[in-house]
Formats: sequence, C-alpha cells, structure tokens
Amino acid sequence: MKPRSKRLFWIVGGIAGLALVVGLVLNAFRSNLVFFFTPSQIADKEAPVGRAFRVGGMVVNGSLQRHGTDVHFVVTDTVKTVPVRYTGILPDLFKEGKGVVAEGQLDAAGEFHASQVLAKHDENYMPPEAAEALKKGRAVNDRLSKSLVTDNGGRAQ
Amino acid sequence: MIPEIGNLALVLCLILSLVQIVVPIAGAQRGNAAWMAMARPTARAQFFLVALAFACLVFSMLTSDFSVKYVAMTSSRLLPIQYKVAAVWGGHEGSILLWLLMLTFWMTAVSVFSKALPEAMVARVLGVMGFVSLGFLLFILLTSNPFERLIPAALDGQDLNPLLQDPGMVAHPPMLYMGYVGFSVAFAFAIAALIGGDLDAAWARWSRPWTTVAWTFLTIGICLGSAWAYYTLGWGGWWFWDPVENASFMPWLMGTALMHSLAVTEKRGGFKVWTVLLAIFAFSLSLLGTFLVRSGVLTSVHAFASDPRRGVFILIFLVVVIGGSLGLFAWRAPKVGLGGKFKLVSRESMLLGNNVLFAAAAGSVLLGTLYPLFLDALGLGKISVGPPYFDTVFVPLMAPALFLMGVGPITRWKEASLPELRVRLQWAAGVSVLAGLAITAIKGNFSVFVAFGLALAAWIVITAGVNLWGRVRPVPGNTVSLTKRLGSQSRSYYGMLFAHLGVAAFVIGITMVKGYEVERDVQMDLGDTVAIGPYTFRFNGVTEGMGPNYRYQRGSVDVLSNGQVTRTMSPEKRTYLVQKNPMTNAAIDTGLVRDLYVSLGESVGPTSWTVRVYYKPFIDWIWMGCLMMAFGGVLAISDSRYRIEQRKAARSVLVSDASLVGAVGGGAVK
Repeated sequence: MKPRSKRLFWIVGGIAGLALVVGLVLNAFRSNLVFFFTPSQIADKEAPVGRAFRVGGMVVNGSLQRHGTDVHFVVTDTVKTVPVRYTGILPDLFKEGKGVVAEGQLDAAGEFHASQVLAKHDENYMPPEAAEALKKGRAVNDRLSKSLVTDNGGRAQ
Repeated sequence: MIPEIGNLALVLCLILSLVQIVVPIAGAQRGNAAWMAMARPTARAQFFLVALAFACLVFSMLTSDFSVKYVAMTSSRLLPIQYKVAAVWGGHEGSILLWLLMLTFWMTAVSVFSKALPEAMVARVLGVMGFVSLGFLLFILLTSNPFERLIPAALDGQDLNPLLQDPGMVAHPPMLYMGYVGFSVAFAFAIAALIGGDLDAAWARWSRPWTTVAWTFLTIGICLGSAWAYYTLGWGGWWFWDPVENASFMPWLMGTALMHSLAVTEKRGGFKVWTVLLAIFAFSLSLLGTFLVRSGVLTSVHAFASDPRRGVFILIFLVVVIGGSLGLFAWRAPKVGLGGKFKLVSRESMLLGNNVLFAAAAGSVLLGTLYPLFLDALGLGKISVGPPYFDTVFVPLMAPALFLMGVGPITRWKEASLPELRVRLQWAAGVSVLAGLAITAIKGNFSVFVAFGLALAAWIVITAGVNLWGRVRPVPGNTVSLTKRLGSQSRSYYGMLFAHLGVAAFVIGITMVKGYEVERDVQMDLGDTVAIGPYTFRFNGVTEGMGPNYRYQRGSVDVLSNGQVTRTMSPEKRTYLVQKNPMTNAAIDTGLVRDLYVSLGESVGPTSWTVRVYYKPFIDWIWMGCLMMAFGGVLAISDSRYRIEQRKAARSVLVSDASLVGAVGGGAVK
C-alpha cells in the first residue's frame, strides 16, 4: 500500500471503529434507561406496561403484609396509591410511613411487581425520587384544597 | 485553640501555594535558578503545614471536641477510637482535607525523588501541583472548613455513619485518594511538558513510575471498596455500578490506558500527544470523582441549591483545570510531535487498541453516571441508568481488550509478522477454547457466557506462559541455565505478567459468580434447614446483646455437610445507639473456590426470621485478581532501571554543585 492510501485506511478504520463503539454504547443506553413515575402518573396511565421503571413515594401505614418472603405493600404520593408486590428481603431501612423507591414492572391489573426495593443508607434521608413524588403529590393536594375553598366561597355568596 | 491553629496552618499554606505557583514557573521560563529552587522547599513546607492542620483535626476528633462542627457531625463519645480517627475522613470537609494532605505528600515525594530531572521540569511540575493545591485550599477555606466552630457546643456528636464503622472503610478512602491524587503527578508532568515544549522518552520514563504507583493505590482502593460492599451491605453484591463506584472506576480505566500509553512513549517515543491527553483526562476524572462523591450532588442535585457556593466553586475549579489544560494542549500539542511510525500489525497498534477500548469504556461510564444528573439538574425528569446498561456495554468493550492482552505482549514493536504470530498463538487459542468448553461441561449446566469468560481467562494465562517461554527457552549454543535466564528478566516484565494474570483471576471470579452463584431468600424457624448443593444450613435462632456503641441480634446458623456440623455462622443485625440505623453484618465463610454467605433479614414471627443464604463460587478471586494487579504494579515500580537512575542522580549531586547549576541553565534554555 502507498503511504497515502494506508493513512486513508487508518482514518477510515478508526472512524468506523469509533462509530461502532458509539453506536453500541448509545443503543445500550437507550434500551436500559429506567424512567421514574409517581403513583399519580401511574393512575393516569402514563407509565408503560411491560417495561421496567421506578416508582417512588411513601409506604402507606398498615399496608405491609408478609407471607414468608412474599411481601405486599402500598406506595402513595399522598394523592394516589399503587400496590406493590415483592419477593425477597426488604432493605434495613424499609419502614411503613417512610420513603421508598421500587424498580419493576406494572402488570395488566395495575399491580407493580418490584424486582428491587431501594431505601437508602440514612433514615433521615429520603430517596430523591420518593421526595419528588411526595412534593408533586402535596402540590396537587394544595391546589385541590384551594379550589375547594373558592368553590365554597362561591356557594356562600 | 487547637482548631484555630489548624485553620491558621491552612491560611499560611494558601500563601505558600501562591508562591509555589508563581516563582518556580516564572523561574523556569526565565532560566532563573534561584527562583526555580524555590519549588522544593515550598512544596515541603506545604506538606508540613497541611499535616499540622490534619493533626489538629485528628486531635479534636480524639478529644471529642464537639465545639467543632465537623467533629459533632461525624463522631460521638462512644465511638471506638479507631473509628474516631477514621471519622476524620468520614465526611465531606475532612475528606477534602485528606485529599489535600495526600496532594502535598505527593508534592514532597516529587521534590525528593526528582534529582535526576532537569530543574526547570521540577519547577514546572511542582508549580502545577501548587495550583491544584491552591484550588483545594480555597475550596476548604471558603466553603468546606472542617475547623468551623459550633456555638454552643453539642453535648454529644451525631456519630459516624454505622456503615463506615468498619476496618475496610478505615483504609478505603486513604487508598483511593492516594490513587486519585497520584494522577496529579502524571497530570503535572504532562502540563509541565506542554509549558516547556519538550516531551521525549526521558519525560515518559519519569512520569511512568508515578503513574504506576497512583494506579496501584487506586486498584487497592477500589478493591477494598468492593470487598467492603460485599460484606457490609448485607446482600452479597460486590459491584453495583453505583455513581459512587463509577466515580472511582472512571479514573482507573483512564489511568490504565495512560499506563499502557506511557509504555509506548518510553520505549518507542510514540503516542506522545495521546499520552498527554490521557494524563489530563485521568486527573480530570479523579477531580470529578472526588467532587461527585463528596459534594452531595449524587444525593440530590438540589443540594447545590441549598449551598450554592460549593457547587459553583467546584464547577469553576473543574472548568479552570480541565478547560485550561485542554486549551494549553490545543495550543502546544502540535509542537510535541507524533513520535515513531509503526505498522498495522505491531505492538504499538495493539496498545493503541487497548487505549481506545479503555477510553471508550471510561466514556460510557461517564455517560451513564452524568446523564441522569444533567437531566435532573435541567428539570427534565428523573431517570436512572442501572447495571444492565453497564453490563451490556462492558462485555463487548472488554472482551477484545482481553484478547489483545494475550497478543500484544508477544507482538514485536514497530512491525510484526502475522504468520509468525499465528504460529506462536494457534495452540494457545485452541487450548483456551477447549478449556472454556471443558470446564462448563464438567460443571454440568452449559452456558455460552461462562465458556466465553473462562476461555478468555485461559487465553490470558496461556499466552503469558508462551510469552515467558519465548524469552527463556533453551537455545542451542546458549549454556545459561534456565533459572539464570528467568532471573535475568526485568521486574517490570514480571510486573506486567503478574498484573495480566491478575486480570485472568478477576475474569474467572466474575464469570463463575455470575454463572453459578445460588441465592436463596428464605423464611426460617428454629431447626429449619435449607440445602444448597452439598451444604445444608440449619437455623438455630437469634440471641440479643450489646456491643460498644450498638445493640445486636445475633443469629446462629449451622452448616452441615454429610450430616455433620462443619461450622457455625453468626450473622448479626445491629442497631447503633446514636443514629438508630439498623445494620446487617453478614457471616461469611471464605474459601478458595467458594464463599458461604448468610445474613439476617427481618424478624417475621416469635422465633422465625427471613434469612439470606448464598453460595458464591470463586468470588474471592475477584479481589485476589485486583491484589495481583496491584502487586504487578509494585513489581514494575521496583524495576532496577528506576533505581539506577536515582543512584546516578545522587552521585552527580555529590560530584559538584557547580555542574548542577550549569545543568539547570541548560535545562531552562531548552
């Protein structure tokens, strides 16, 4: 090969290799992104069925039921709730009334099958997704209570 | 009083760091020997002052001085003494101080082991490191001062996070930081070379051992972190692709690429520009890693909003360091030159392949780690990138790198012949594939993944053998004995072989664990048994008691083989008195070919508990492999050619000071 055609070979080979790597990485990236939904979004049918995602919020008090290692509990963002099913051992910091994030899939009946339950290291610390869900939930509640007040006001006049 | 002394030491150090940046670099530019000579004493004085500040913080910790806010936040009266020391780097402020201590330590090391270097180079290297030190000092003094007082003083501290109360965690951050900060030396060498404009094989020979030392520490640090996660987090995983782990893994990947690229620069004068770029990236990723983990941005990007000074400072510092060095690179790199030519089939091109693969791997980890943060910071929603992404990306990127690992060291520099390589390696390839298939066949349940992984591991081991044999095999007419020939190979050569064998051990560990581990989460009452393979586990209930600063519930699980109790395992559940966090301490029975892992879940009845019972084949090979890699690094550093250089230098210093001054002038003119 002439030096010039060889250099061309190198450049083309290099670009092709790089494109392959970038393509591979981006493809893997896109198909493995895990999105996050709040219980309200799930109730509004925004969450996908049959693809893994995360749901976050607070474990409803008194909702935890155990049958051996099969666990059921309910997650809420203070507006809507979603029932969650999990098989295995819950993390140390899992508690009723505390924040939780679960990763898994939604079934056709609207129950969430968690493959993983996350509750982080510190008990004062709320998982960011759970905090987000509760914040949104409270905002909705505030709006509702305000509109109730104005409704009542309207009736009184 | 003591904390104020620490604070004062840091302020003095800040002034010194300014001197260290300006005077030696200006001296190097103007050829002023007296100015250049300022570099060494200022570097050592900085180390002294930071060590003093660090000692003050240790003192405050040991005396439980809760009028110091940092002490009140990370320690408590009942904390055992070794963890009081570890608490010094258990939080953000202290760990940044530790970082700075390491940096000044490395500066001092450079000032001591640099007698063979031209003075101008030493002046520039220490000047650049002084700049990094200035950045960290400002960061500490302006935003993260560990000596800040708490008025009124707390009665008791908030205690160290129980997860960190563990021997592995005492050693993990210092090791990791030695590695992170060690890359600052390679970085400073690269920047100094860009400023000075000369970058040759000698430059690579100087920066190579420093890079290897840093890489060795980082390897040990990551290894400790992974082992710690395995036995402390209580669910038997050893790597989670958590952003905290990725933060240390990215500089490791880049540092590995840098180490291999430096080899080409030293031996063949090639890859110069690329090596400099890798050095810049490796250190940039170290900085990013430090800040990612310690700034709280991972917990929530909104932590920046609550204390914007920290976030803004970090961003500015990263922009100045990364942007500045890349700008300098763009400006000066054309002067550096490309170095020696090489053919498509040559050791250079194999190492280039290794470099590209490692850099791509680091890039893909960076994408997976930062993209969710960016989206969140921009308010575009919350997403997470989990292990499946990294697993999918890493196998295809690392498999060719492992293949090259077998071929590269056997290939000739500059130009190799493909037919010759084929002759030397065809047996190795055949045997590797057979070994992979045979072992999976013996195990019973065939899996392509396991066969592939084991074949790659076998490939690395066998090609290492072929490589060594090629060097020492008896040649007609050569009467030197085999042991002599083995002894005459250099330590850096054995270091390379050993590190590569470590990779093989690591691959075997991962493959076997992923392929054949058994994990059972079960509910067990008194006397219940669960069987995994040849082992039967019997649950004997839980007893309660008190540790130094925690209450524990201790389970007792008998392991039976052939009906005989061979050992009793005692997993614990601990509740720490101050932070009230429950902690799971797994009981692990370690063996060469398998671990038995038992940890307590939760109490689900008067006497019944959920229990994790795991069987992990070959898992310790993962960490053994890491330690072998690190040992390979140690062997490479101890190579005689570096020591000879030191001795030569020491002698030349003794001969005459006048000649040294002459050399200084010469170095500066270049």
